[in-house]
Amino acid sequence: MPAVTETREAVEKLGQSSYKWGFETDIDMDLAPKGLNEDTIRLISARKEEPEWLLEWRLAAFSAWQQMEEPKWAKVAYPPIDYQDAHYYAAPRKKPGPKSLEEVDPELLRTYEKLGIPLHEQALLAGVELPEGETARPPVAVDAVFDSVSVVTTFRKTLEEAGVIFCPISEAVKEHPDLVRKYLGTVVPAGDNFYAALNSAVFTDGSFVYVPKGVRCPMELSTYFRINARNTGQFERTLIVVEDGASVSYLEGCTAPMRDENQLHAAVVELVAMEDASIKYSTVQNWYPGDENGRGGIYNFVTKRGACRGARSKISWTQVETGSAITWKYPSCILQGEGSVGEFYSVAVTNNHQQADTGTKMIHIGRNTRSTIIAKTISAGQSDSTYRGLVRVLPKAYGARNFTQCDSLLIGDRCGAHTVPYIENRNMGARIEHEATTSKISEDQLFYCRQRGLSEEDAVGLIVNGFCRDVLKELPMEFAVEAQKLLQISLEGSVG
Amino acid sequence: MTQFLDISGLCARIDADGQEKEILRGVDLSIPPGEVHAIMGPNGSGKSTLSYVLAGREDYEVTAGSVTFQGKDLLEMEPEERAAAGLFLAFQSPIELPGVNNANFLRTAVNAVRRARGQEELDAVAFLKTAREAAKALSMAPDMLKRNVNVGFSGGEKKRNEVLQMTLLQPSFAILDETDSGLDVDALRIVAEGVNRLRSPDFSALVITHHQRLLDYLVPDRIHVMAKGRIIHSGGPELAKQIDSEGYTRFLAEAA
Ligand SMILES: Nc1ncnc2c1ncn2[C@@H]1O[C@H](COP(=O)(O)OP(=O)(O)OP(=O)(O)O)[C@@H](O)[C@H]1O
Ligand SMILES: [Mg+2]
Repeated sequence: MPAVTETREAVEKLGQSSYKWGFETDIDMDLAPKGLNEDTIRLISARKEEPEWLLEWRLAAFSAWQQMEEPKWAKVAYPPIDYQDAHYYAAPRKKPGPKSLEEVDPELLRTYEKLGIPLHEQALLAGVELPEGETARPPVAVDAVFDSVSVVTTFRKTLEEAGVIFCPISEAVKEHPDLVRKYLGTVVPAGDNFYAALNSAVFTDGSFVYVPKGVRCPMELSTYFRINARNTGQFERTLIVVEDGASVSYLEGCTAPMRDENQLHAAVVELVAMEDASIKYSTVQNWYPGDENGRGGIYNFVTKRGACRGARSKISWTQVETGSAITWKYPSCILQGEGSVGEFYSVAVTNNHQQADTGTKMIHIGRNTRSTIIAKTISAGQSDSTYRGLVRVLPKAYGARNFTQCDSLLIGDRCGAHTVPYIENRNMGARIEHEATTSKISEDQLFYCRQRGLSEEDAVGLIVNGFCRDVLKELPMEFAVEAQKLLQISLEGSVG
Repeated sequence: MTQFLDISGLCARIDADGQEKEILRGVDLSIPPGEVHAIMGPNGSGKSTLSYVLAGREDYEVTAGSVTFQGKDLLEMEPEERAAAGLFLAFQSPIELPGVNNANFLRTAVNAVRRARGQEELDAVAFLKTAREAAKALSMAPDMLKRNVNVGFSGGEKKRNEVLQMTLLQPSFAILDETDSGLDVDALRIVAEGVNRLRSPDFSALVITHHQRLLDYLVPDRIHVMAKGRIIHSGGPELAKQIDSEGYTRFLAEAA
C-alpha cells in the first residue's frame, strides 16, 4: 500500500479518542435561562453590576443584530443555528470578593492543571513543574476564563507595579470605566457584523489589557478560554490598549469538552496601538473539532481587529488553528498611522470534516504602511480549508507595501484547499506581491524520513512542522513547542 | 549463505501507469559481515531499484525471492524497522525537506533509531557536538547543519550530507547509491574516507557506482555486474579496471 494512502488512513482513524482535552468538569453553575431577548441582556448586565451606559450599548447592539442576517459568503456549511436554544450566561458559583488562588474552586484549578495551564504562581516562580529537558521558562501571567467568567488572573501584583492593567473585562468596567468606555467598540463597532453584534449584546467576560506610555510589559500575558457547560455559547470580549512607545505580547489558548452537539463561540478582540506601540497577539486555537463523522464541535465565529492608530505602530497576529468544527475568522489590521506595520502569520489545520474559512484583512490608510501575510493551510481527511485575504490600499497610502504568501499542503486526495485573495489598490505607487503554492506530502519525502528511522507519524509531523516553520517561529518559544505537538496530534491519530 | 545479508532469487516489479514492469529478475547476492561489495552495471539495469527494495520502498512489488538480513526476513519489515536494524541507504538523489532543519532532522532520526535499538537518546548538546565533529571530518561548512534538509544544497553537498547521516546513524549495513557521482576529486576522497572510517568487522556496505576511482579508494572485497535485473558476473577488485577499459559488452554477451 503506498505510504500516502496509509497516512491518509491513519489520519482518518483519528477520532474522538485523540482529542485529549475533552473531559468535563463538574462545577456548581449559575445559568441564565435559555433564549435571547432584551431580558437576557438585562440579566447579564445586572449580574455583572454594569453601569447604565454599557447596558444601553448592549441593547443597541442587540437591536442592530436583530436587523442583521448571518453572513453566507464564507465557504462553510452548517445547519441553521437556533439562537434561542442556548444559555447566554453561565458562571461557576463562587463567593464574592477579591479573587486569589486560594479562593478558586479546587475543581477548577484541577481543570486548568489537566490542561497544562500554570495557575500557581509560586510553583511557577520556584521553577518546579518543568517538563523534562526544558530550561526554566519565563513566568506568564494567566487570565483563566471558564465558560463565561474569568476565574483567576495571576501575577497581577507584578504587573501593577509596572503600571500594566491585566484583568477580566467585567472588572475593568468597574475599576477603569473611563478607559473601557473610551476604547470599547472603537475598533470593532457594535454593529460591525452579525457575530460581532451578537457578541456586543451578550458578551460576558474576557480580558482587558492596558499598557501605559513607554512601558514594555514585563511578561507575556495569556488568556486561557475553556467552554465547559452544555448548551452555552461563549462570547468573550478582549480589549487591549497599548499607549505610545509601549509593547505587549499576548497569548490566547482555548479548549472545550467533547460534546455531540455544536456549541457557538463568537468572540470579539479589539487591539489599539498608539505611536511606536507594538502588540503581538498569538493564538493557539484548539476547540473541540467534532468526531470523525463530523458530529459535534465548536462553531468558532470570531471577529479580531487591530487598529494601528499611531505612527510606526505595529500589530502582529499569529495563529495556529487546529480545532473547531467550523472556523470563521479574519484577524485584521487597520494601518492608519504613518509607517505602521501589520503582520498576519497563520497555520490552519483541518482534518476529518472540519471546515475553516480564515484569513486576514490589511487596510492601508497611512503613508508608508507595510503589511506581511504568511498563511499556511493544511488539509487532511475530508476537510475543507479556505484562505480569504483582503489587501486594501486607500488613495493616500503612498508608499504602501504588502507581501502575501499562501501555501497549502494536502494530505490525501479527499480534502480541499482554496485561496481567495482580494486586492483593492487605489494608490498606483503601492507595491503588492502575492505568492501561492499548493503541495502534497510526497511519497519520496515520507520514504526518505522512514529510511532514516522515523515512524510515519513522526515523518508527517516533521514535514508538516517544516511547512509551518515560517509561522511557528513567530510564536513565543514555549507556545511554539505546544503548537508543534498540537499539529502532530491533530494530524496523526493512532498509527499502529 | 553468509548469515549477514543474503538475497536470493529476488524479483520485483513496478506499476508504471497501469503497466506492470518487471525490473528485478532474480537477483542473487550475498554479503558477509565486514565486507564491502560494489555493484556496477549499465544505466537502467535495476541497481537503484535493488537498493529501494532492500530499504523497503512500497511502490515496488516483490513477486519472488527472499532477503535475510542478520537472520531476519528483511522483506517483512517496515522501512523504519530496517533502519533500526542497521540498514542505511544513501540515496542516488537525496530528497529535499523544506522548512525542516538539518540538525533537527538528524537528531530526530538518530534518536528514533537509538530508541528502537534500546540505546539512550542523545540530548541536544551532546548530539550537536557529535554532529559538528562528524560534519567537520567531512569538510562540510558548519552552516549545513542549520539549513533545511538538502534544500538548495549543491549536488556534492547533498552527497556529503548523506554520508554525514550515515556516520551519525551508525549502520551495520550501508547501501551507497552513486554517492560518488557529482563529487569533485577532493570530495570523492573525503567521502571515501568517511566510508573507510566506518569499516569494521561489524560493518558491511554495498556500493553502487559507475566509476573505478571510488573503488580505488574503497577497495571492495567483491565487485558484481548487474544487467537487466540480474547479477551476471562477479569478481575481485580488479574487475573495476577491466570494466573501465572494456565496458560491459563482453559480460552482456557472455550472459546472453
Ligand atoms: N517508478 C518507476 N516507474 C517506471 N519505471 C521505473 C520506475 N522505477 C524504475 N523504473 C525503471 O526500472 C529500470 C531500472 O531503474 P533503476 O533506477 O533501478 O536503474 P539503475 O540501474 O539504478 O540505473 P542508473 O545507473 O541510471 O542509476 C529503468 O528502466 C527505470 O526506468
Ligand atoms: Mg540508479
